[in-house]
Amino acid sequence: MHRTKVRVVADALDANNTIAAANRADFDRAGVRVVNFMSAPGAGKTTLLERVVADLPGVRVGVLEGDVQGSMDADRLAGLHVPVVQLNTDGGFGGECHLDANMVRSAIPALPLDDIDLLIVENVGNLVCPAEFRIGEDARVMVSAVTEGEDKPLKYPLMFRACELVLVNKIDLLPHLDVDLNHLLYNIDQVHPDVPRIVLSARTGEGIDAWRNWLTRIGAREEAVV
Amino acid sequence: MHELSLSSAIVNTAAKHAGGRRVLVVNLRVGRLRQVVPDTLDFYFQFVARGTVCEAARLEQEVIPARLRCRGCAHEWAIEIPAFRCPACAGGDVAIASGDEFEVESLEIEAEEAECIAPR
Repeated sequence: MHRTKVRVVADALDANNTIAAANRADFDRAGVRVVNFMSAPGAGKTTLLERVVADLPGVRVGVLEGDVQGSMDADRLAGLHVPVVQLNTDGGFGGECHLDANMVRSAIPALPLDDIDLLIVENVGNLVCPAEFRIGEDARVMVSAVTEGEDKPLKYPLMFRACELVLVNKIDLLPHLDVDLNHLLYNIDQVHPDVPRIVLSARTGEGIDAWRNWLTRIGAREEAVV
Repeated sequence: MHELSLSSAIVNTAAKHAGGRRVLVVNLRVGRLRQVVPDTLDFYFQFVARGTVCEAARLEQEVIPARLRCRGCAHEWAIEIPAFRCPACAGGDVAIASGDEFEVESLEIEAEEAECIAPR
């Protein structure tokens, strides 16, 4: 048997990135900006959306809900009268733990792109895989709840680097935790120097205005500042 | 599970470049910053490769060390832990010089004739 060597030198994620670029072109054509919203399970993504999506001045929001199974999150958001499309990943091998560009592409026909300015894609709760797969978004936001501990940026640097904004959630629980907020913020800064951060509580509403303003500026195509 | 997702990407990339021929070896360059566990990636690769041109192929992983370069003061250094601030000037505008690779460098494929590189 002979063997021959074929030089390839291709990013193994090229196929995903190509589809992500096609998604981005479709979103741009429709004038829709897209935010990829990521975190570990239970960090508060859906609650943080509930707090703001119905109330972004001048920005019409739609949500694409990624979950392995079920539509609990989508049902919660639909109650706020914003268009929500559910994308379940359990058709894949064992239930995909993240959204990739192709899954988002499959949902595009169901999205009311003509009626929205901003699409928020709530990714599957996971601190690893979603960081690897671009979906055609304009910006990536990740949530780190203080209940997860101070060390998470050091354990999941890929995710903490693959974002343009970090929301530090559940700060109302700090009095009950052995977690030092400054230490968590320091670790975030070590892993992703100067990344914008908003410290907030979806429960009490502290810091929510800054989150609402950030999303509004993205949706209105202004440069987002924290 | 991370490695499972990445295995599919490797198999798809290899299949695209193999032109239908059987793949014997996939040479992969993986940067340290990709948080890939080599043994786990190998395990999933063998699994995902079943029924494709990569079935029974060997996955050769070259791990690339992480090196950073400060855009502010041009200092370059290696990191073992994920601390991205420049140790020389404390600047945060830091480029990854190496360590975020995840690329299929080459394939060794079964060939009918010529270009033989295998030992006889």
